[in-house]
Amino acid sequence: MSARQHHKWIAPKRLGYAEISAAVSDPIQRGGPGRAWFIALLGILPLVLATFIAVGAVLTVGIGLSGVNTTVVWGFSIANYVWWIGIGNAGTLISSMLLLTRQGWRASINRFAEAMTLFAAAIAGIFPVIHLGRPLYAYWLAPYPNTMELWPQWRSALVWDFWAIASYILFSLIFWFTGLLPDLATMRDRAQTRTGQVVYGALALGWRGSARHWAVYETFHKTMAALAVPLVCSVHSIVGLDFAASLMPGWQESIFPPYFVVGAMYSGFAMVVMLAIVIRWGLSLQSMITPAHFDAMAKVMLFASIVMTFSYATEWFMAWYGGEHADRTVIGYFFTGDYRWLYFSLLFCNCLVPQLLWFRAVRLNLWLLAAIAIVINLGMWLERILIVWNTLSHGYAISLWRTYHVSLYDVVILIAPLGLFVLGFLVLARILPIVSMHEVRQLAHREGAAA
Amino acid sequence: MSTPLLAEFETPEALIAAMRQTRAEGHRALDAYTPFPIEALTEAFEPRRRLVRPMMAVAGFGSAAAMYVLQWYSSAIAYPLNSGGRPLHSWQVFLLVPVEFGVLIAAIAGFAAMLWSCGLPALHHPLFVMPQFERASQDRFMLLVAPKGEAEPLRRTLEEAGARLVAEMHA
Repeated sequence: MSARQHHKWIAPKRLGYAEISAAVSDPIQRGGPGRAWFIALLGILPLVLATFIAVGAVLTVGIGLSGVNTTVVWGFSIANYVWWIGIGNAGTLISSMLLLTRQGWRASINRFAEAMTLFAAAIAGIFPVIHLGRPLYAYWLAPYPNTMELWPQWRSALVWDFWAIASYILFSLIFWFTGLLPDLATMRDRAQTRTGQVVYGALALGWRGSARHWAVYETFHKTMAALAVPLVCSVHSIVGLDFAASLMPGWQESIFPPYFVVGAMYSGFAMVVMLAIVIRWGLSLQSMITPAHFDAMAKVMLFASIVMTFSYATEWFMAWYGGEHADRTVIGYFFTGDYRWLYFSLLFCNCLVPQLLWFRAVRLNLWLLAAIAIVINLGMWLERILIVWNTLSHGYAISLWRTYHVSLYDVVILIAPLGLFVLGFLVLARILPIVSMHEVRQLAHREGAAA
Repeated sequence: MSTPLLAEFETPEALIAAMRQTRAEGHRALDAYTPFPIEALTEAFEPRRRLVRPMMAVAGFGSAAAMYVLQWYSSAIAYPLNSGGRPLHSWQVFLLVPVEFGVLIAAIAGFAAMLWSCGLPALHHPLFVMPQFERASQDRFMLLVAPKGEAEPLRRTLEEAGARLVAEMHA
């Protein structure tokens, strides 16, 4: 916090309620998209197109397009799935945990963190389907009366994933829309065109901001937050169980579910920091997203980095202490095997680099913070692909040991969906308030900035 | 009872003071409209029906139980599949899906209960034609009071409490 700043979470000395509404809604209702927006859109359109081509290709040709083989039967699809769902988990987790712990500063970041959840979880949902091998039968995962008299196999991790992702996306949508409702009323009341009035009016459902509305709203919103925390933990625990419920060395570990949850929070916070930096610049929200916000988020990343490091160490220790030969061999393979350089990069990205966040100067330098956030997300993706590769390449049967060879399709489905994610935000930023106006008003009132 | 008055204030503090003053004088404060939740007001206008949490609990636990029964029925009775000698009724793993499903249904039920308790969706309301009411979602704080007897004394009280605009609401 600079000496010039008067309030911790609100940058200017005075930020009235009208200014808050204007700062958030005017870029949508009164300003055009601007040049940066069009450049970004043009830049990501090829990626969006590539995503559709890659998905179309795998649906037509089959998963032979990917580098999987008879030993390493999982590949980029699974790693990408875990990575995206991890990012997707963090938005709702951050938003709800900060609400329950009464961290008023969440007001500036919760809306786009929740939107991040929706987009990331939706993208994550693509991967298990395109990796099914027979994606046309994906609907067999749902229990429905059918003439074949078939039922889902409830003991299968795939079925757990289906319910976890479906429930989580729909839950996050309701949580996000509830928080959006009062802001949609603001948008309705500020709309200057007939279309704007009708569309925002219909979406706002007639919200009047009555004291009774607020009382019910707050009860529901807090209850949702209280449900969201265990839901998020259970969703990513189920992702961890996809591995832990198997019989493979290096996967069958009881630490996997919590270790996956922390990993999700870690990469998710890194993604929120990235988004906050870009959105703050793109929409000129310096008054509401302050250095103190970045300081707080950087501290959470640092904490998560330490917990991740501790989890890796626990994994190594338990393999040694457990004494199982295959487990010990797999850990040895981490450090000396075919993927060792990737493993060293993972440790560098996830454990070493974030230690820079101990320094206040680093936490307040947005360029460094953005670089660290990218490095963390890279490291977390490496972690997920290595969980898949190391164990599958080095299982119990020595005659089956093989390595993975990356194909062009793999590279495309790794990079191209990022375009889809950015497209989601570009569209969202043009139609809906990207910062929660009513919560920032409340924050400004509490901080004494609105008076 | 004559028509209620809608008074517009610039700060939540002024509104709360006015509400206390009018209540002390025997008028009936009906509701307040604010751009963000204000604790003193949500307490003062506590809704009678507190449905959201009970509805969520009933829907959540009910749907979780139903999902468990579905899993048990499908794998123990309708389609018994012996895979590696595992028990047909594998209750340990049957707990996962009901948790996810129960939370989802609780959320849907809670959202419906929230709308129902608020009387929403209601795309039109007599308040929407009131002057300045569009500012209640932005930067003004509105108080709706039904006067005791004549409207004039109440109007004076509201204006003395700092109301910038006092208007009659016709339903």
